[in-house]
Order: sequence, then C-alpha cells, then structure tokens
Amino acid sequence: MASSIKILLDKCIGCTFCVKTCPFVAIHMANKKAVIDMGKCNLCGACVAACKFKAIELNREAVEKKDLSAYKDVWVFCEQKKGVIQTISFELLGEGKKLAKKLGVKLCAVILGHNIESKIAELSARGADKIYIVDAPELKSYQDDPYTNILVDLIKEYKPEIVLCGATTVGRSMISRVAVKIDAGLTADCTGLDIDEKERLLLQTRPAFGGNIMATIVTPNHRPQMSTVRHKVMKEAEIHKGHKSEVIRKTYSGDVLKSRTTLLDIVEEIEETVNLAEADIIVSGGRGVGGAENFAIIKELAKTLNAAVGASRSAVDAGWIPYSHQVGQTGKTVCPKLYIACGISGQIQHLIGMQSSKVIVAINKDPDAPIFKVATYGIVGDLFEVVPALTKEFKKILKK
Amino acid sequence: MNIIVCIKQVPNTTDVKIDPVTNTLIRDGVESVINPFDTYAIEEAVRLKERFGGKVTVVTMGPLQAENALKEAISLGCDEAILVSDRKFAGSDTWATSYTLSCAIKKIGAYDVVICGKQASDGDTAQVGPGISTHLDIPQVTYVKKIEDISANKAKVERMTEEGYDIVETPLPCLFTVVKEINTPRIPSLKGMMKAKSAKITKWTAEDIKAEPKSLGLEGSPTRVVKIFTPPARKGGEMLSGDTADVAKELGELLKDIVI
Amino acid sequence: MDYLLTEQQTMIRDLARKIAKEKIAPIAAKYDETEEFAWEIVKVLVDSDLFGVYIPEAYGGLGGGIVDMCLVAEELSKACGGIALGFAGTGLGTFPIILYGSEEQKKKYLPQIAKGKVAAFCITEAEAGSDAGGIKTTAKKDGDYYILNGTKQWITNAGEAEIYTVIAMTDKTKGARGASAFIVEKGTKGVDFGAKEKKLGIRASATREVIFTDCKIPKANLISKEGMGFIVAMKTFDNSRPGVAAQALGIAQGALDHAVGYARKRVQFGQPISSFQAIQHMMADMATQIEAARALVYATARMVDSGAKNVAKESAMAKMFASDVAMKVTVDAVQIFGGYGYMRDYPIEKYMRDAKITQIYEGTNQIQRNVIAANLIKENLKSE
Repeated sequence: MASSIKILLDKCIGCTFCVKTCPFVAIHMANKKAVIDMGKCNLCGACVAACKFKAIELNREAVEKKDLSAYKDVWVFCEQKKGVIQTISFELLGEGKKLAKKLGVKLCAVILGHNIESKIAELSARGADKIYIVDAPELKSYQDDPYTNILVDLIKEYKPEIVLCGATTVGRSMISRVAVKIDAGLTADCTGLDIDEKERLLLQTRPAFGGNIMATIVTPNHRPQMSTVRHKVMKEAEIHKGHKSEVIRKTYSGDVLKSRTTLLDIVEEIEETVNLAEADIIVSGGRGVGGAENFAIIKELAKTLNAAVGASRSAVDAGWIPYSHQVGQTGKTVCPKLYIACGISGQIQHLIGMQSSKVIVAINKDPDAPIFKVATYGIVGDLFEVVPALTKEFKKILKK
Repeated sequence: MNIIVCIKQVPNTTDVKIDPVTNTLIRDGVESVINPFDTYAIEEAVRLKERFGGKVTVVTMGPLQAENALKEAISLGCDEAILVSDRKFAGSDTWATSYTLSCAIKKIGAYDVVICGKQASDGDTAQVGPGISTHLDIPQVTYVKKIEDISANKAKVERMTEEGYDIVETPLPCLFTVVKEINTPRIPSLKGMMKAKSAKITKWTAEDIKAEPKSLGLEGSPTRVVKIFTPPARKGGEMLSGDTADVAKELGELLKDIVI
Repeated sequence: MDYLLTEQQTMIRDLARKIAKEKIAPIAAKYDETEEFAWEIVKVLVDSDLFGVYIPEAYGGLGGGIVDMCLVAEELSKACGGIALGFAGTGLGTFPIILYGSEEQKKKYLPQIAKGKVAAFCITEAEAGSDAGGIKTTAKKDGDYYILNGTKQWITNAGEAEIYTVIAMTDKTKGARGASAFIVEKGTKGVDFGAKEKKLGIRASATREVIFTDCKIPKANLISKEGMGFIVAMKTFDNSRPGVAAQALGIAQGALDHAVGYARKRVQFGQPISSFQAIQHMMADMATQIEAARALVYATARMVDSGAKNVAKESAMAKMFASDVAMKVTVDAVQIFGGYGYMRDYPIEKYMRDAKITQIYEGTNQIQRNVIAANLIKENLKSE
C-alpha cells in the first residue's frame, strides 16, 4: 500500500492554518477547502500536526522491512588534515559512543591518511572500540576518488549500521558520493541524534528553511544510516588514556587509490592567532560596524579579552573582513562561553551559527533588532561608544 | 563549450519567519526565487560561454511553477531550459533528486562541465551536486571559488576550505559546485528578459528521461521525514540601560567570571 | 495607480527598480560623500540595455520613448537623484542628435552612447542662465571647420562625458536666429574642463565648466543648419523636461517611502508615530501630491511620444509641478524623521538637498511659469 495523504473535506473548515504551516508550499485553498498539490507534497506530516480539526489524514506505507541484521556497529569517519585529527571527530566519537551503547554495539573510528599510525592511540583514548586505519601515500591529503572508493569498500566489507561524518568541506563532499554509491540514506547537518530502540533506527534531527523549522528523519530500509554533524554541536568524547581498541589495518592498491583530480597546492589564509571555531570568547561585528577600518575597535576588544573575531555575513559580503571569520548558516558554527555581537541585527541565518553560545551579549542601536530576543544581556546603543567603553572596563578588570 | 547548470526554485527564505505567537512558519506572500547559490552557478556558466563560445543549458527538477526560475535563468544568459517534472518525483530526498537530474543530464547528451550551487537554501544539505557527479561517474570539485584555467579537457580551480583554499586540477567532463566568492551575478538585461518571455521551455517526464521508477520520488528515497517541528525559542534575557560608562561597568561585573 | 503600461514598459520599470534597489541604494551615501561619478552604474545600465532606452533601435538602443525614459529616471532617482543624472543628463545631451541630427551623425554617435559613452548638453553660461539668448560662446566658420570660443557653466556630466552638444553663436547680428548647435567630442584640442563644482545636492553628479579655446571642430559636426541653435535647444528641453520631472518624482517617492517606514518604527508616547494624525495627514498629503505629479508627468510623456507638435506648455507644467512637489515632500520627510532627519547618518536629508536642483535647472520654475502663461495667452488669443 503506497503512502497517501488526503483532506477530510467534512472536517476542513477552511482556517488556512495548514497552508501557512506547509514548508513546501504544497497546500492552497479552493472553494474554502484545503487542497494538497501532490506534485509538491513530501508527506512530511507538518500539516497533520498543525490541523486543529484533524481534517488531514496521512497514511504512511508499511515499509516492507528488509533484513538488515547483518549491519552492526557505529562508525565515525575521523578527518585528519596534515596529520592532525580535526576536533569534529572527537565530538562525533562522543556522540557515537552514546548511540553505540543504546544499540549495544561497538564504536569504530575510521581514519585514512599517510603516516598516521600515531593517531591510533589518540582515537583509542577517545573511546573507539575498533579502529579501521588505511595508511598510504596517496591518501596524505583528501581527494574525492580514493577516499570515496576506500570508504565504500570498507562499508561493503564490514557493514556498519550507522556512519557519522563531520559536516566539513571534506566530509560533505565525500560522504554524499559514498551515500549515492552504496544506495544509503544521508542526512546533513544533524543537530540531534538519537536511537529508536524498538526499531533500531537512528533518529536524525536537523534544521531546514534556514533553521526556521526542525525535521526528524529516518532511513528505514537502507544501511548504513549516514549523518553529517556540524562542528561544535556535539560534545567531545572524554579522554581515557589506556583504553584498549582493536586495530584493523587495511591496505589497498591499484585503481582504488587513483584520483582523477590532482591536488596541486594547499593555501592557508588564517590571519588571526585565535581560531574562531575553537575560541572560548568571540567578539563579532556586523553591518553596524560600517567599514573595514572600523573593525579595529572590534579587534581591540577581542585582543583585550584574548578572544577571536567573528563577523556576520553582511560584514563579510561588504568586504570588511575575510570569509574565514563568518559565523552563521553559510559560515562557521560556534559555541563559545561568551559571544559579543556588535552591530549585528540577529537574522536567523546568523543565529543558527551562534545561538548555542553560553552567554550572548548584544549591542545594537535598533531596539527591535531580533538579536535582543536571544541575548542574555542586551545593550541598545551606539557600538562606537559602547565597545571602546567595554574595552576600557575589561582592561581594568584584567589588569592590562 | 557545452555547459549544464542545475538550479532549484526555493521559497525566499529570508522572508520566511516564525510567528512568535503560534510558533509556526509564516509563509504568506513568500515569493519563489532561484536558489541564491544557483545564481552564482548561472553567472559562472554564462561567463564560460562568453569566453569560449558554446551553449548553456539550465535544468531543474520541480513543480510546473519552476518554469519561472528557468525563464529568469534565460534572461541571465542561458540558452536552453529544461523542466523535469512529474508526480512520480514527489517526496524525493537528495538521493532520488540527484538520480533524477543525472538521468536528465544523460538525455541532454554531450557536456563539458556541470555547474551547481553549493547548497539549496531550503534543504541546506549540499548533497545533490556530489550525488549527481557520482551517478554520472564524473570527477567533481566542490566549493569552487575560482576557475583559474579551463581548456578542452581539463580545468584548474580553487576549492575553498576552512583554512583558505586548495588548488585542484581536474579532467573534463566534471562537475563543480560553486560558492558566492566566485563571481557577482549580473542583473538581467532587458533584451534577455524579452527573450525569456517568449522562450520555449522543454518539459520532460520520468518516462522521457528513462528513469528507473524504483529510484524516483518517495520510493527511491532512502530517507524519510517523520516529524517536523519548530525549534524551542531561545529566550531573551536582560536589557542593560544607562549611560555608557555605567553600562560597561555593569557588564564587566556580570561577565567577570567568564573573562578571567 | 495603474498607468496602463505596456508589457515591455512594465519590464523596463521593474528592471530599473531592481537596479536601483540592488546596485544604487547600497552605494548612494558613499558617492554623496566622495562626490565621484558612479561609472559602475553606467556599466550596469548599459549591460541591462537600459542606458540607451530612448535611443532608436536602428542605432543600438531599445527604441523606447519619453515614457520609457521617465520610467527609468524615476526608478533610479528613488535610490539616488545624483547617480540617476549620469543616465538622465546623457539623455539631455543626446536629444539634439536624435531630434535634429543627420543620418551620419546619428549613425556615428548614437550607438556609442547606447554602449555607455556619457553625453552632456552645453548651453548655460555665467551671464546666460534663464536668459539663454544672452550666450556669448561663438562658433566661427573657417573653411571646413568651426572654431569655438567661450565658457559654458554648470554643465551636468562635464568632464565625464565623451560627447557634448553645444549651443554657440554663429551670427551675433541675427539675435535669436544667430545660434547653432554642434557636437564636440572630448579630447578635441581646445576643450578643457573646470574644477568639479561643490554642490548642495546631487553630489554624485559631475558638474563642471566646459571651456572652449580656439576649439576646431569639423563642419560635419554642425547639427541641422546654422541659426537653428535655439530651436534645437527648445525642442530638446520639451523632450527632456518630463525626464527632470521624473527625477523629481523619484526623489519625492524615495523620500516618502523612507518617511513612512520610519514613522512605523519610531515609537514615542508608547506608540509608533505613524498612528498620530499629524503624521498621517502629512503622509497623505505627500502621497497625493506625488501621485498627482506622476499622473501629469506620464500624461505629458505620452503626449510627447504621440508626436504632438506643441508640448511646451505641458512639459513646463510637468517639470514645474513635480519639482515643487519634490521640494515640499522632501522637507516634510525630514520633518517626519525629526532630529534623525537632520543627521547625515540617516538617508533622508540627502533627499531634501537633492530635490532643490529640480526646481532650478532645465529652466527655473519661474521660467516654466512664463512658458505656461505665454502658451495660455496664445491659446486664448486663438480661441477668440
């Protein structure tokens, strides 16, 4: 029986609530009754939940369950750059451990690279029960083909039920290809992961429409269930030195390691010493800063607090500060202890990148700026006066 | 050069807001636009055509109203437009979508480059571009911020990374997903707008593109949405007011423990 | 109000509106500050095919009429009247060629302008403003050339333009019949420009003196015949006045839009000030005046496009009324902004500064009234 959705016309009173709720603009009114455009409907069920009159009936097909019992274990793809494991991997190992526990299976780390034997201890300390390691010169830096080929091979051989990967430029490019090759379901930028223990399903929660709504997604009939997770969303796995892991070293040769593309050079452009993604305190500037030279007062406050400098998309688009400082939906996600937003209005696309900061301070001359709705402390004022005053005050407090 | 651009029509998400009273999505009067990242893809494709001669074909998978997005793409310099639309596509996740588009591309025929935007502003997955290149089994470079060099059978591009960028060389045909740093999209010309008005959009169904029914729509999508809800609103806190020096002092006091 | 535009006119208006919103509005304040010429906008207008909207299709333009030119001028002026002048001022400098130029002159210069060469019209001099008949610049015939001597003042686009249409005296003895119109290219020996004037408003528009010192131009650059100078000038103004009126309309509308937006957000006494009748009545009057002016401008533009023989009275009415409305509306807009209206950080004071010139140039509003009255009297005489 295929999935279907229909409007129960006798119950529909034409309140149009479902029209407004549908994220896919699939419902419109005709003769005061709701009509669903099946060409746009994704059967997500948002309208069913929204209808106060229970006038929408959604029948989800009973999916014929395949026998997926051969798939076990939670895998985490651990990204390394220049031999350094990216911290997102530790966050995934932390989350992966919880999932593995609920399922009663092993947590496995997968790492590809060259001369990475020394990384085993690090991954072991972070809780990996098994470590799959592939060490070859061709894998020194990320390239689509060899990494994709090897991961596909490993998955086909060892059949994990869940694969987690960081939502980094590398992760997102690679894992999409893997998912298509092995016919697996992939959910991007998950902010929440949980297990439906009865069905042994991974519940993947992620934002959509720029974060205005959240969706929970499952992959009922395909394995592995794959998710990417953004940096600083999950907590890092604790370090337990002396934890023992099983190590599986795989070697590959020939076509598997070939790459159609060639990496000619790696260019780094970070100018500031405090890394934005790792910082405990961030001072951020937005459109209110007004110009590249004016960022000096933001940088001054940041320097005083030993903080990183962030920016909203407006400031980056205007060319006042490089993209590597951008915080938001199309920039970095940060989760510092303190986030000071100066001259940032607080559009949802920016909030997505910083709203899990522990304390948010907002300075803006517009009292209606949306940022004040999420700020722990808000100051309506001219940032050109307030920011230098804060710098002065903190210099006193920190005896600088 | 034969260039194919894949675009998506999306709701203008900067207009989409949450009703603070009901905590639901407000969709009234939200217009549909070309996905912002795709406008950069269109611009890059048209620039390549202007440089090397050739043709730009723009293709989209969507409902019939996606025709407007295709017409806008023509006004910006694309030569041909194809709408792939069929009830059978409803409920497609990124696997099924990239499969469908790859079938359409195979039907289009010979091409040198496929260009996509980095991600769509409604789904935000960035998965369709790489999915297409995998279904077509062609190399890809994602997050392209500059095409340095391109010739008949290879290209040298800059791929944006968290720390800066990589320089990557790829054989053609290949697929690029592009980021905003790559160019500034043009305003349509009036002559382009008039051409778009009278342009004939080719329409293809699932049968036309010889797609496997099992791989389409909801049936062809490994992932399923089981719940949609609005995120709990983070509450605002305290407003500090008064003269600047006093406010600074108060804030300093409040944040003392964090900064030291 | 729906002005029953054709489909193409609607597209032109919407495209100009898009350019104004996305390209001009973000840089208006900057160019007002630096007083530089916005070449990037000329490029956008050329690429969008709008720069030559009023130039016949045969010469590379869109073949639109005055209505189309006004649509573009109005939309661009909503974002910045000064930047819009790069476009509108070029129109003024181009009309002599379109209306009276020979086939060779049209073939040579119109395509260049459509592709982005800016033009300027030169008639005003230090001693000859409203009294245009008092110009002293001379053009002396010398074999196959004319030699120009004299100084033109307050020329819009001077220095940036490549093509100048100049009114000079060829025969002082003939009085009003003694002037002729010429085309002069930038770079011709003997053409110099004065320093850029520092103005109250439309600061992004380049205004300079144009100085001719024994400037030798080929006789092929004479427009029409000797003695036609003032007729060319008057007819040019009849066509361009609706454009100035449209600029004034755009400035007024832009100011009103800002004022209404501000009034909605500014809270005093616990309410947005837009809920107070004093403000509401001001806004209502501003909007009505603008709409009345708009109706007059587009009716006049249509009349010009229909080929009507005498449009002097209506052109003068449209320019005079729209510019007076613009001045009043922008002053009121500043008032609605209150203290913030006086601050340069806020966009509204610029609109007030920009509006003033529309009451002065292309014939002061006093001259416009003279023209209207003269026509009324003539009509009355005829009807007897």
